[in-house]
Amino acid sequence: MIRYVIRRLLWACVLFFAITVLTFLMFFVIPVNPAAMVAGKAATPAEIKHVEHLLYLDQPVWKQYLHYLNQLFVHHSLGYSYGTRQSVNSIIGRAAPITASVVIGGAIMWMMVAVPVGIYSALRPRSKGDRVAMVSVLAGISAHPVWIGYMLSLIVGYELGLLPIQGYCNLRGASPGQSCGGPADWFTHMILPWITFAILYSAFYVRMIRSSVMETLNEDYVRTARAKGASERTVITRHVLRNAMLPVVTMLGMDIAVALGGAVFVELVFGFPGLGGTAINAVNQFDLPTISGTVIFASIMVIMFNLIVDLLYAWIDPRIRLT
Amino acid sequence: MPLLDVVDLKTHFLTDDGVVHAVDGVSFQVEKGQTLAIVGESGSGKSVTCMTIMGLNDRRNTTSEGQALFKDRDLLTLPPDEMRKVRGNEISMIFQDPMTSLNPVYTIGNQLREAVTLHDNVSKQVANRRALEMLKAVAIPRAETRLDDYPHQFSGGMRQRVMIAMALINNPDLLIADEPTTALDVTTQAQILKLMNQLRRDFDSAIILVTHDLGVVAETADDVLVMYAAKAAEVGTYEDLFYRPEHPYTWGLLNSLPRLAAEGADLKPIPGTPPSLLRPPSGCRFHLRCPYVFEPCIPDVPELLPVSGDDPDHKVACHLAHEFREREAHDLLHDLMAEQR
Repeated sequence: MIRYVIRRLLWACVLFFAITVLTFLMFFVIPVNPAAMVAGKAATPAEIKHVEHLLYLDQPVWKQYLHYLNQLFVHHSLGYSYGTRQSVNSIIGRAAPITASVVIGGAIMWMMVAVPVGIYSALRPRSKGDRVAMVSVLAGISAHPVWIGYMLSLIVGYELGLLPIQGYCNLRGASPGQSCGGPADWFTHMILPWITFAILYSAFYVRMIRSSVMETLNEDYVRTARAKGASERTVITRHVLRNAMLPVVTMLGMDIAVALGGAVFVELVFGFPGLGGTAINAVNQFDLPTISGTVIFASIMVIMFNLIVDLLYAWIDPRIRLT
Repeated sequence: MPLLDVVDLKTHFLTDDGVVHAVDGVSFQVEKGQTLAIVGESGSGKSVTCMTIMGLNDRRNTTSEGQALFKDRDLLTLPPDEMRKVRGNEISMIFQDPMTSLNPVYTIGNQLREAVTLHDNVSKQVANRRALEMLKAVAIPRAETRLDDYPHQFSGGMRQRVMIAMALINNPDLLIADEPTTALDVTTQAQILKLMNQLRRDFDSAIILVTHDLGVVAETADDVLVMYAAKAAEVGTYEDLFYRPEHPYTWGLLNSLPRLAAEGADLKPIPGTPPSLLRPPSGCRFHLRCPYVFEPCIPDVPELLPVSGDDPDHKVACHLAHEFREREAHDLLHDLMAEQR
């Protein structure tokens, strides 16, 4: 088990280095002179030359990369935005909790729906309940999250006035220039985004859990468990679910990680200044440090969740642990 | 009184294409401590018969009729919770493929203990001790250290031993073995069969052994039931079937055994394939492949009747005259013996 963990950790490091190389190369692929952007529109060629020197752009590529790594690993700095001159760390530090609120809450919500519905459908295929679930799944997958978000906002928020229409509230209390804050406000402002985010994914997960459970039900060892005299309940909870959850755990880890890089649609609809919006703005403005910052952050999330999934997987399935 | 008395068992599956009569009126008895072998080709209803007795068919698309009397109870009408108490306790079952029959995410010890605690309210220590005893009884080397191993750390033969240990851990009266050696290589097969014979003596359990391998039958069975297309073709003692076979299908099975001694001899399969159980043929179900077919075989279903007055337990379902069958069987066995020499 320890060897397995070490091997996974080493792979994570290799992966991270590969990503730093790729994001660094972006600076040279994009057809914009970073120095000209930083210096501003009215800058003279001499001023641009000066900025180039300050940004190490006049040095060989490998030295620039070392400088980039030095910034990243020694100073833990992702650089400074070309647009606002703010540190990318603080930009991401502000945006990431917002995205995380949406994604983590949404994931909890979609699993709370998908696990029971998926299992129910698998145990009673072609029943009325299963058909209702499958039609809802189709609707959930087909409906675009932007449309769902606006409809929820319109009906629940505007017409019924039950929940806030949009906007984000700080969990830890109101920040300057904000009228709301604290856990209660945060929660009410999160409900609609969570539902919007969860609808698409719960649809996917109902289908995945259903097929995984149905497949596992046909396994020989499930028949063995029945032949041993296990009750149907024991058969399902002890013998089916643990095996059926293997593919689900993998997907869940990946989906959460990818979404943490920016749950763009939901942020857009509810006016959340999260990572997705930050990244889109940065791309529009050729704000290279912010782009690479969000990419690096997202890749750290993906690597981290992959690692968690690998460890979880090994814990569930002994065959992986011991190979 | 037999331990298990199966009377006119019928099992139907409802499929999208229609009703499949997977078992169509089969009767047999299993005596205490005896081995009954059920032989037949794939799809003849052997496994379904066992699954029906165990109550393991999918209830949503299966209907069963008839009786399976076991210790004064009809297993087919027993309420699910009562049936659950019978399974794994009084009747247990082992399956064809040991590679997939154990749950990959639990240790062997865990799965053996579960078999105990499902039926007996005993402590983990007691269950563990019984698990260890059983692993030793099925001759697994270093049993103490292997309780904490996972199924994938065992070979196929060892896994089948574990399955047998799990099936016998509650000392059942009846063990149903559904092709227990089919997925194993020949030397392992012999070991497993030897083990089953020995355990039957030690534990005094009766065995229903499903197989399509007549070699396996010869090594283990007291009684034999030959099934063809969901019906019983012939039933009798092991001696009846091997030395006085009466049904042309049984002859075909015996004749199709590979012969090692006869140099260059080809396999002699029974021509044709088993009929579809969705639309079974009229009359005798074997008439399409039977070399002795004559008029009554096509319209009339032959009844399973005693071969002669002095041997009421040897029964056959065939329209041919007893004297003719006796002569043919004699000639066949004579030829087989001659080839062996």
